[in-house]
Amino acid sequence: MIEKNGVPSMNQVKAEFPTQETLAKPKAIIECYKRIPCNPCETSCPFDAITVGEDINERPRIDFEKCTGCGICVYNCPGLAITVTQIKGDQAHLKIPYEFTPLPEKGESVNVMSRSGEVITQGTVTKVQAGKKQNKTALIHLSIPKEFLYDAITIEVSYGS
Amino acid sequence: MQNKEAIVIGGGPAGLTAALELLKAGASVCLIDRNERLGGQLTKQTHMFFGSEKQYASHRGIDILEILTNSLGKYGNKLEILTETTVVGMYRDKVLSCVSGDKFFKLQGEKIIFATGASEKALPFENNDLPGVYAAGAVQTLMNEYGIKPGEKVLMVGSGNIGLIVSYQLMQAGVEVVALVEAADRIGGYLVHASKIKRLGVDILTNTSVKRAIGKDSVEAAEIWELDEQWQGIEGSERTLEVDTICVAVGLAPLTELLQQMGVNVKYVNELGGNVPILDEQYQTSVEGVYACGDLANIEEASSAMVEGRIVGINAARSLGRSVENADFRIKALRHELKDLRGGPPGDKVRKGLKKLGVAT
Ligand SMILES: Cc1cc2nc3c(=O)[nH]c(=O)nc-3n(C[C@H](O)[C@H](O)[C@H](O)COP(=O)(O)OP(=O)(O)OC[C@H]3O[C@@H](n4cnc5c(N)ncnc54)[C@H](O)[C@@H]3O)c2cc1C
Ligand code: SF4
Ligand code: SF4
Repeated sequence: MIEKNGVPSMNQVKAEFPTQETLAKPKAIIECYKRIPCNPCETSCPFDAITVGEDINERPRIDFEKCTGCGICVYNCPGLAITVTQIKGDQAHLKIPYEFTPLPEKGESVNVMSRSGEVITQGTVTKVQAGKKQNKTALIHLSIPKEFLYDAITIEVSYGS
Repeated sequence: MQNKEAIVIGGGPAGLTAALELLKAGASVCLIDRNERLGGQLTKQTHMFFGSEKQYASHRGIDILEILTNSLGKYGNKLEILTETTVVGMYRDKVLSCVSGDKFFKLQGEKIIFATGASEKALPFENNDLPGVYAAGAVQTLMNEYGIKPGEKVLMVGSGNIGLIVSYQLMQAGVEVVALVEAADRIGGYLVHASKIKRLGVDILTNTSVKRAIGKDSVEAAEIWELDEQWQGIEGSERTLEVDTICVAVGLAPLTELLQQMGVNVKYVNELGGNVPILDEQYQTSVEGVYACGDLANIEEASSAMVEGRIVGINAARSLGRSVENADFRIKALRHELKDLRGGPPGDKVRKGLKKLGVAT
């Protein structure tokens, strides 16, 4: 249970996803399950796709028709609660926020983690955006087998440096 | 003894915004902080903040500090900054005694603004005095200010935002967080912060606490156990975790001792972190011309501390006879911001606490 261990249920996760047809184009998946006083997702989106509204404690809602999957909200969200997802053939393409060094490199094969912190599969880094705009929250583009669409959330961090 | 128009004690987000508003209104300000650098808690916050644009949300704490100190730079000799200066005594006639290095001196202020923040609460458990048992704030200072790792394997105690964020920062520094234990039956901080560390493999264990630290000269392991509903340890549920560091993040208590020295009325309000000053509508204490804001008034966030600091700055400037543009309108808007920030479930505790204190929210 998310209140006890930080892991949302599969039902909670799926409720934030659009249909797989919609995911032919990249879309932001927002996993902000509890009301908190916060709204940079709304104010950062250049396409007005996210609404928190007058009361900044409301949960963000997304209009998938307006969302272009640009990924700007991903690195502006202080909760690191947003990813962008797209289905391309038998692969799912993800854009995830990442705040660890060293950054993975393009072409690198990485361990992909689930919401409960287990390694579930391997993925390939297809692009790394870590410029001034991202301001230390890098945007990692990742390609993974489509079957892990609802399970993949981040990549493994290695210790001991 | 020097006389000052306004003295602000504490250079965290609350003190900085209070000083800014006073300066904006044309007042002279003496800003005192015991640290080498201004910023209070902000100097250690490398993560992005919540809130809305008005409180610089999505900026990192350290970047918010830069924005605030840059604005201070505009006021030249109207502003006197005394860092590495600790206020050690307060007297009724608004005289304060300060220590800086081996210098000892007294200052008097027409208006005095207290923004001294809070100190970390300790947790009683066997061997909690072993080297390797740290308060979360100390760990943050070591890592983020001095670039020193506190250890290699950490047990975090407490799942409030501080415990969650410091866990994440430890991982960013390359330290393994073996587990995070929480005595309550649910996570105390924002769930987005909890999910962020859980997905990187940190076990979050609710209804669990640390029973004792194990080790000869320093921490070699931690024994944790499950707690029942009364928060009593359950015999037989003990487990040993191999860690070299135990990091305690079980809450903050407002630093009200100085205020009490000068006879300000305080009240114990559990929801606000302990003894807090009783304030009127203006954020003035029971002593005329003495104000309080930020974590000192109620343990909350930098976002609300900055808003409170602004309100106090405007009020103090006005009572100094300075004219503040659109003062009533601005105070109203700032109060509205506070209401918004405290409006959701995370604000329940503060709202309840302020009600007990008789403050309208
Ligand atoms: C790990 C962590 C994460 C946090 N994350 C967030 C977040 O994401 N968003 C958010 O909004 N808030 C966050 N906060 C909370 C926020 O940092 C505090 O609420 C805020 O800093 C309070 O501001 P303040 O000005 O009241 O006190 P402080 O920032 O504590 O400043 C008080 C200052 O007073 C000085 N002082 C105290 N006593 C004396 C004395 N006798 N003489 C001289 N100087 C003195 C101290 O040195 C200090 O500089 C976090 C806090 C921590 C610890
Ligand atoms: S991905 Fe881009 S368009 Fe979609 S919600 Fe985020 S910022 Fe807006
Ligand atoms: S910015 Fe992130 S944490 Fe804040 S409300 Fe939006 S999704 Fe939630």
